[in-house]
Amino acid sequence: MNRGAAPGIVARMEIRVLSPTGALGAGFKIDSLQRGVARRPHVIACDAGSTDSGPASLGSGAPKFSRDAVKRDLRLLLYARQTLGVPLIIGSCGTSGRDVGVDWMAGILREIAAEESLVVRTALIKADQAPEYVMRRWAEGRILPLVPAPPITPPVIQSSHIVGMMGAEPIAAALQEGAQVVLAGRASDSALFAVVPELAGADRGAAWHAAKILECGAACAVVPAADALLAYVRDGHFDIEPLDPAAACTPLSVAAHTLYENGNPFLLTEPSGVIDTTDATYLAVSDRRVRVCGSRFTPATQYSVKLEGARQAGFQTIAVGGIRDPQIIRRLGTVLPFARAYFDDRIADLFGGHVAPDSYEIDYRIYGRDAVLGPLEPMRDVIPHEVGVLITVTAQTQEVATKIATLVCHASAHLPIPGYHGIITTIAYPFSPPEIERGAAYRFTLNHVCLPDDPLEMFRTEMVEVGR
Amino acid sequence: MTTLASMCHLIRSKNAGPFVLTFDLMFATRADYERAKRAQPLTPARLAALYQVPAELITLVYHDNALAIKASMPRPTVQGDPTDADCYGGQQYVPLLTIEVE
Repeated sequence: MNRGAAPGIVARMEIRVLSPTGALGAGFKIDSLQRGVARRPHVIACDAGSTDSGPASLGSGAPKFSRDAVKRDLRLLLYARQTLGVPLIIGSCGTSGRDVGVDWMAGILREIAAEESLVVRTALIKADQAPEYVMRRWAEGRILPLVPAPPITPPVIQSSHIVGMMGAEPIAAALQEGAQVVLAGRASDSALFAVVPELAGADRGAAWHAAKILECGAACAVVPAADALLAYVRDGHFDIEPLDPAAACTPLSVAAHTLYENGNPFLLTEPSGVIDTTDATYLAVSDRRVRVCGSRFTPATQYSVKLEGARQAGFQTIAVGGIRDPQIIRRLGTVLPFARAYFDDRIADLFGGHVAPDSYEIDYRIYGRDAVLGPLEPMRDVIPHEVGVLITVTAQTQEVATKIATLVCHASAHLPIPGYHGIITTIAYPFSPPEIERGAAYRFTLNHVCLPDDPLEMFRTEMVEVGR
Repeated sequence: MTTLASMCHLIRSKNAGPFVLTFDLMFATRADYERAKRAQPLTPARLAALYQVPAELITLVYHDNALAIKASMPRPTVQGDPTDADCYGGQQYVPLLTIEVE
C-alpha cells in the first residue's frame, strides 16, 4: 500500500539503491548489473567484508577473496558509477575492514584508474581502533559487553587488532564532501545501503529495512545467488526486485531473509537505532517484485559502535590420517588420553622444561565419530567402519608446533592397542611427511560496543583524487 | 507424530556474528507451520538441554510471514577458537532434525 502524499505539497519520493552482489569479489552477472544501471539507481553499494570466515582476516589483515576477483568486480562497478554519475560505496574493505584492507582496496582502485584513465574523488575511511583509545573508553565505562562477551583485560586490548563498525554517518560526511567513491573500513553492511536514502530524507523504516535486505545481494531471491538486487525506497514502503530476469523475490523469500545470520529477525540493531520489522507486511506486486510496508526505525538514545577484535593464538601444525580397523576405532576413547600423558612426558624430556605443558595443545578430531558436533553428538557411541583423524598441535612458535607434531604423528601411528600383541601401524597417513604447517591461528577477543561522543569520533577520513 | 525434518523445507544453522549461533526452521506449508506453532516442539528449555547453554540466553521467535521458527543462542564455542570445529556454525542444526512434533 502506498501511503502517498497530499497532491501539491510533497512530491512522491523514490530512491533507487543498487546492490550488485552480496560480497565484492564473489562476482555477479554483467547483464544483471547493466539492467540495474538502466533503472538509474541513485547509489551503488557493496559490502566487501565479514567476520563469517573466522578470526584470521581480522587477526592477519589478509583478505578472503583474491585480488583478481575483487578487481574484476570493482572495475565493472566503476564503469557503472561513471555512466550514472552516482556514488559507489564499498564497505569493510579487505574482508576485515582494517586499515590495511582499505589501503589494499585503494591500491586496486589506483591500478584500475590508471588502466582506464579514470579520475575519481575517493574517500578512504579508516576504522582501526588504537589500543590507547579503547583502553581509555574502557576505563571510562563506555565499552559495554554484548551477550555473550569474553572478558576484557588490558593485555587482551593491547594484543588485539580492533576495528569499530561504522554507521552511516562517516559515509554521509564523505559524500557531503563530494566523494564519488567511498572505500570504507569496517562498516555496518546496512549503513552502506541506507546512507543515500537517509541523506535524501527517505522514510527511515523503509530505508533501513531495504538496506538490510540489499546487503546480501540476490541472496533473498529464488533461487538465491551472488547477483544484483534493486530496491525502490519510497514513502511508507519499499519494493525489492532481483535484476536477473530468471530470479524472483517472493513475499516468503524476502520475509525469510531477515532470518539469515541475524540473532533476532524483528529487531536489528544498528549504531544509530533499531530496525523493527515486527509489523512489516510483504506483498507480491509482480511475480518477481515484492513490496514491504510497515517497517520502522527506532532511533537509539545512545549511539553505539560495535567493536571487533582478534589476536594471535599461537601457531599450528596439523596432520590428517584415517583409521579403518574397528578394533582400533573402538579403543580410541581409552588409547588417546593414555597417549596424551605419554606426549607430555616426551615433550618435557625433549625440550628440557622450556616448553610448559600449558603452552601447547594437542587435539585429535575423529571425523566419522563426533568431530563436527563434539559432546553434543547424539550418535558418538556408534562404531563407524572408518574414521578420519585430524591432529592439531598449537604452540607458541611454528618451530615448536612442528617439533611436537612430528613426535605426536610418529607415536600416533603406533598406538598400543589392548588385545594386539606386537607392533602395528594404527593410522593411515596420506601424505609424506604427514605434518603440515598451518601458520598462525587467531581468536576473536571482543563482542562489545563502544559509546563514542559522536558518530565520527572513531573514524578517520582522507579524501584523495585517484588517477590524477 | 512426525519430525521437524519432514515438516520443513529447510533447517539450517549459521553464525550471527562470532559469538552467536542461530537456527532457522522454515516450514514447507502454512499448515505445517501452524501445526508446529501449536505443538511448540522447540522451547528454550529443550534447546538448552540439546546444546548445553542456559535457557535464559536463548532467543526463540515464531515468524508468521516467513513460516519459520528462529532460535539464537551463545555459540557453544567461540567461532574459530582452537576447540571450534565448525567455523560457519553450518552443521550444528542436525540434533533438531529428529525432534518429534505432535
